[in-house]
Amino acid sequence: MKKNRLFENIVHGIFLILGLITVGCVLLITVYLIISGIPAIKEIGLFNFLFGKEWASTAAEPKYGILPFILTSVYGTAGAILIGVPIGFFTAVYLSKVANKKVRAVIEAAVNLLAGIPSVVYGLVGMLVLVPAIREIFNVPDGASLLAAIVVLAIMILPNIIKVSITALDAVPKEYEDASLALGATPTETFFKVSVPAAKSGIAAAVVLGVGRAIGEAMAVMMVAGNVANMPSLFESVRFLTTAVASEMAYSSPGSLQRNALFSIALVLFLFIMLINATLNFFLKRNKEK
Amino acid sequence: MNKKRKIYIGLMRGAMIVCTALTAALVLFLMGYVLINGIPNISWELLSTKPSYLTERIGILPDILNTVYIVFATLVIVLPLGVGAAIYLTEYAKNKKLVAMIEYAAETLSGIPSIIYGLVGMLLFSNNFGTSLLAGALTLVIMNLPTVMRTTQESLKTVPQSYREGAFGLGAGKWRVIRTVVLPGCVDGVITGCILSVGRILGESAALLFTAGFAHALNDIFTGLTSPGATLTVALYVYAKEEGEFGVAFAIAAILMILTLLINLSATLVGKYFAKRRNV
Repeated sequence: MKKNRLFENIVHGIFLILGLITVGCVLLITVYLIISGIPAIKEIGLFNFLFGKEWASTAAEPKYGILPFILTSVYGTAGAILIGVPIGFFTAVYLSKVANKKVRAVIEAAVNLLAGIPSVVYGLVGMLVLVPAIREIFNVPDGASLLAAIVVLAIMILPNIIKVSITALDAVPKEYEDASLALGATPTETFFKVSVPAAKSGIAAAVVLGVGRAIGEAMAVMMVAGNVANMPSLFESVRFLTTAVASEMAYSSPGSLQRNALFSIALVLFLFIMLINATLNFFLKRNKEK
Repeated sequence: MNKKRKIYIGLMRGAMIVCTALTAALVLFLMGYVLINGIPNISWELLSTKPSYLTERIGILPDILNTVYIVFATLVIVLPLGVGAAIYLTEYAKNKKLVAMIEYAAETLSGIPSIIYGLVGMLLFSNNFGTSLLAGALTLVIMNLPTVMRTTQESLKTVPQSYREGAFGLGAGKWRVIRTVVLPGCVDGVITGCILSVGRILGESAALLFTAGFAHALNDIFTGLTSPGATLTVALYVYAKEEGEFGVAFAIAAILMILTLLINLSATLVGKYFAKRRNV
């Protein structure tokens, strides 16, 4: 009996350790990023690092200002949200409320495919279709620009927005809609004036999730944005926080200020993501409580 | 009905239909474009050889094998960890704060972008035992842990409490109940978790660039895991961005597209199969 008890306790202990692995991973990632991100910030100076307008890591007199990356990431994400959210939102309302079962199944399968396509494939298509198209239409010397990145990101966040919004809209109690219909509102009015407000926390969560995905995307953006450390402008080649890390990591030498500065950029990106996660959790929790 | 209301309704209906059509058209275009440009470039030679500078031939067999190795290695490690964590949460944990903390950690992990995983994986694994598929796989383990945990947890919740009580009533110990009653009940969650993870691993590139590298050497699984190698997605990136070999890039893109379709299809079928079995 005693032996059995011991055995059960050991098993319990093993499962406890397995359960705590996720917590351990988060701690490990946080600690590693902070430890490797702080030295360069110290050397460059927090203000010069965050608000320096020039990044020239390989120049004779290197400059490490990441304001262009921060602003590009913010503008790029905002642009993607501006385009992606309305399209995703209306599609979600249509699929959740209007579409018949067959149409919904087919388009949902299509949306799932969109979610599963690897980001490099988006990058490839963007490189060969979008970039030349922007060059032709807007008559600019190079189509690899912030605009191209915004369009690619808008497409990439679409499935997240549609799926999370649909879940929220599906969960609206039928009674709300019935009451509105009985009072003489048409179905369309009911969907937008009753169902959507009732699902607003879930839809907000969808938007925040989209922000998180857009700000964290690296490869697709790297292939279409041109990768020059300019201040953001719609038709110019730009570099995001993610691509700033990815594009120089391969050739920076370990231990150099350049590489350490890249880790500091990753730390800034990580802080952005943590902020977004906290916001997301806030909306999800509010959704659950209701 | 007054005019303003009519306009509002018309506008909203129009917006819904236009946006849905746009989404559908986008998927059709992407699929068509990639498949039409990619499939003619897929040849037996491309699939069955390794790249050679002497004959200037490009083959993606090493990349295919690397992908298989890394998927295999990741799943072997992540499944026990993820399933174990899920079992702890649903069967053992009593402390609500601890459960909330673990779930919050899992959510945080699933929100971290892959480029950050790539950096941390480089610091943690590649710097210690070299850029290799194994370092890449370990990075992917952390990435996929929340997915496997979540799907297993969902399926464990559907195992009726009465089954557990019945087994306990017959005098079984906790571990025995888990082994004989709980674990068989979460098979569908584990399979779904596997499928989702495979999809994510196939599509991953940023996390692998600095952990698994981009070599195209032909290796067996044991040498493969300890040496650097590009997966299909990383190879696509290298061929398109660094070498301008768009034919090969499209061929890989088409293969990835077909694999994504298959993965989505199998996820749906598995979901339907288990839902049906549960209802019987």
